[in-house]
Amino acid sequence: MFSSFMTNAWIVGTLVALLAGATGFFVVLRGSSFAAHAVPNGAFAGAAGATLVGVAPLWGLVSFAVVAALGIGASRRHRSDVATAMALVLMLALGAAFLSLSAAYEPQVQALLFGEILGVASSSITTVVLIGLVCAAALAVMFRPLIFNAAAPDLSAARGLNPTLLEMGFMLTLALGSALTVPVVGALLSFSLTVGPPAAARLLTRRPSTALVGSMALSVMTLWVSIALSYATNLPVGFFVGTLSAILYIAVRAATQLSARRA
Amino acid sequence: MHWLFEPGLWSNVAVRTGMGVGVAVAVVSALVGLFTVMRSQSFAGHALADVAMAGGAGAGVLGVSPLAGFVLGSLAGAGAMEAIGVERVRQRDVATGVVLGAATGLSALFLYLITLNSSSTGSTQLILFGSLFSVSNSTFLVVLALSVLVVVALASLGRPLLFASLSPDAAKARGVAVSRVTLSFTLLVAVTVGLSSIVIGAVLSTALLIGPPAAALRLGRRMSTTLFVASMLGVVAVLLGVVLSYDSFYWWSSHRALPVSFCVVVLIVFELLLVSLYRAMSRRRERVVV
Amino acid sequence: MNEISTIVDVRGVDVELGGRRVLTNVNFKVESAEFTGLIGSNGAGKTTLLRMMLGLISPTRGEVLWPTNAREERRVGYVPQKVTLDVDVPLRVRDFVALGDDGHRYGLRRRTRSTWERVEEMLDAVEASALGERRIGALSGGELQRVLMAHALVSRPELLLLDEPLANLDPGATQDIVELLARVRDRQHVAVVLSAHDINSLIGVMDRVVYIANAHVASGPTEEVVRPDVLSALYGHHVDVVRVHGRVLVVSGDPMGPVAAHPDLVVE
Repeated sequence: MFSSFMTNAWIVGTLVALLAGATGFFVVLRGSSFAAHAVPNGAFAGAAGATLVGVAPLWGLVSFAVVAALGIGASRRHRSDVATAMALVLMLALGAAFLSLSAAYEPQVQALLFGEILGVASSSITTVVLIGLVCAAALAVMFRPLIFNAAAPDLSAARGLNPTLLEMGFMLTLALGSALTVPVVGALLSFSLTVGPPAAARLLTRRPSTALVGSMALSVMTLWVSIALSYATNLPVGFFVGTLSAILYIAVRAATQLSARRA
Repeated sequence: MHWLFEPGLWSNVAVRTGMGVGVAVAVVSALVGLFTVMRSQSFAGHALADVAMAGGAGAGVLGVSPLAGFVLGSLAGAGAMEAIGVERVRQRDVATGVVLGAATGLSALFLYLITLNSSSTGSTQLILFGSLFSVSNSTFLVVLALSVLVVVALASLGRPLLFASLSPDAAKARGVAVSRVTLSFTLLVAVTVGLSSIVIGAVLSTALLIGPPAAALRLGRRMSTTLFVASMLGVVAVLLGVVLSYDSFYWWSSHRALPVSFCVVVLIVFELLLVSLYRAMSRRRERVVV
Repeated sequence: MNEISTIVDVRGVDVELGGRRVLTNVNFKVESAEFTGLIGSNGAGKTTLLRMMLGLISPTRGEVLWPTNAREERRVGYVPQKVTLDVDVPLRVRDFVALGDDGHRYGLRRRTRSTWERVEEMLDAVEASALGERRIGALSGGELQRVLMAHALVSRPELLLLDEPLANLDPGATQDIVELLARVRDRQHVAVVLSAHDINSLIGVMDRVVYIANAHVASGPTEEVVRPDVLSALYGHHVDVVRVHGRVLVVSGDPMGPVAAHPDLVVE
């Protein structure tokens, strides 16, 4: 389970989970789960397009995720959910078309959608670390404005925060992060880590910093347990990531409700 | 018309059945979708699609009809969302996300099991992105029956639903059982999503559900015209999409056709952009007049 | 240090919203540490006027001057009428108040001990010290009102704008908040502009009234504005000002018709 080819999976997986936990804290705070679900699908289309044209997948991942993020961010003002939905299906459809034109093998499709953590090459660790650092720095810089804007949009605007700028900054970070998570846990599942653990973490604490750290910790734990279970059972990692995230949230919610009722 | 309709399009039984299914589903999706858009429930609609995907994949593992999997999966997802579900918008966002995440996890498992157990390729694409041309005649009849059922149910639910969507408290005061109405509607969305999964695939069914109604809402002011326009936009996108997809087989020397779902989605997005553009231009003209 | 100076000077301002004229030729000044009541019925344009002062809406004509540069330097505190807070948002009351100081700043500066001391001081000033550890989403309406004030005060503003802070409060609580604001004004040396639809709760503390009716504004000391001639000119028809038991009633005094109290200005 800790043999050399698994080492990369553990390292990259941990980094990805840390990032997903951190991004997810803000996603849940801002109520932008739908966007967080749509952007990775942009990355999926990009990866599929890159396969078709024959360039390095990273370029496709980043560029398409960024386009999707900017499209959603720009139209966030009115009926944002419709814009998000349309961006999402357009990206998925593009991905499907690219894949069928390039006649990709079924496992390739599944890997892009559901991830292939065991196939992470050692060369990608540097890239993962670099992108991860950029995202972490961006989130750190936006930390207080993001919280302020999410908690009380009117007040933050009155204090001179530009909501569009902030939204764009956040969506771009989300896009960059997705480009990193998609190859590891897949387009559909990078989302699970972004919502389940952070939503659970914020029920456990009142402090924003503790909620952020807790979200990252729960996310890493979810991924570690998933990799271990996947190794032991030979079933896909994505299955465990998706279901464990949901179980985690539901369990924490039930527990906090119970203790609140008793108190 | 040969430049548009490649030879053999109309004589192909699979194409004709596909078009029949497509039209029925486009209409139902547009009608149900209009309420979904008005209630700002696009995310929930999409999450149901992802649960339908898990259902379809599960059906593939068990070897039963994908339609049953799509519809039952989606219904189960609707139940789960209502169970976790909460009134507050932000929490609804999280509850929807959690169900969606769990569903994709299950899909990963089922699709993996399918690739393990069967030698047939393409089932992932089929479940995710649809299989309009492989719809059998018996499935067509089931789709038709379910479509009629949904439309009738929606018609009887329409007024209270509209009321409850616009002002839940006022509706409650007038004796509308808001939670029951909402639940019934969610179940209708679930069935609709299951149906359209057959046409353009589970993850893309959101396009038919959200796109045409969103475009129609920008055009019509009256409910009845909006419903009609939405249905028409949906039907046009599906029919034109089928034709384009069929034709695209001849476009490349490699003879790889574009997937139907891709063509339909692109056409829907195109319709939406066109309508938005029209709206923006007519609004500018109004401003000049005033 | 504490000399009197003009903080905001509204000059000949018109505001249109969606093609509709909401405010016409508005003129008034707010001096430092002064208590100004912005009085008008619902829909008279009080919120619009406040948002215009904050720079969230731009006037179609006229200008708003800030001689001490208070707005540019973010020394204006704002308490909106309604703040919708997410119930589960992981923020304690003191975290939320601290955001009033640095929530608009990008970057991760550590909060110093003096910031936290100021947060406690402001919570204390609004008599909400006991709430510091509570989750922000779990407060009652009255508690949230105080916390929002602390949030607005923590950056040591020269001017505090409050939009209908007295709406939805029972009479006792209303008096508490008004007295609290008067004390805050004295101790923090901050000018207070407060909008309300009932003039009476403010009469004791108000230095100046800005009375909005019919898209027009009359301003000055209370006794110079709340007079039959001034208000009649504002409303465009005859209005009487009646003083009963130390309270002011503005009643529509149409000599031809039955005397009806102006619905929004009558004391309950």
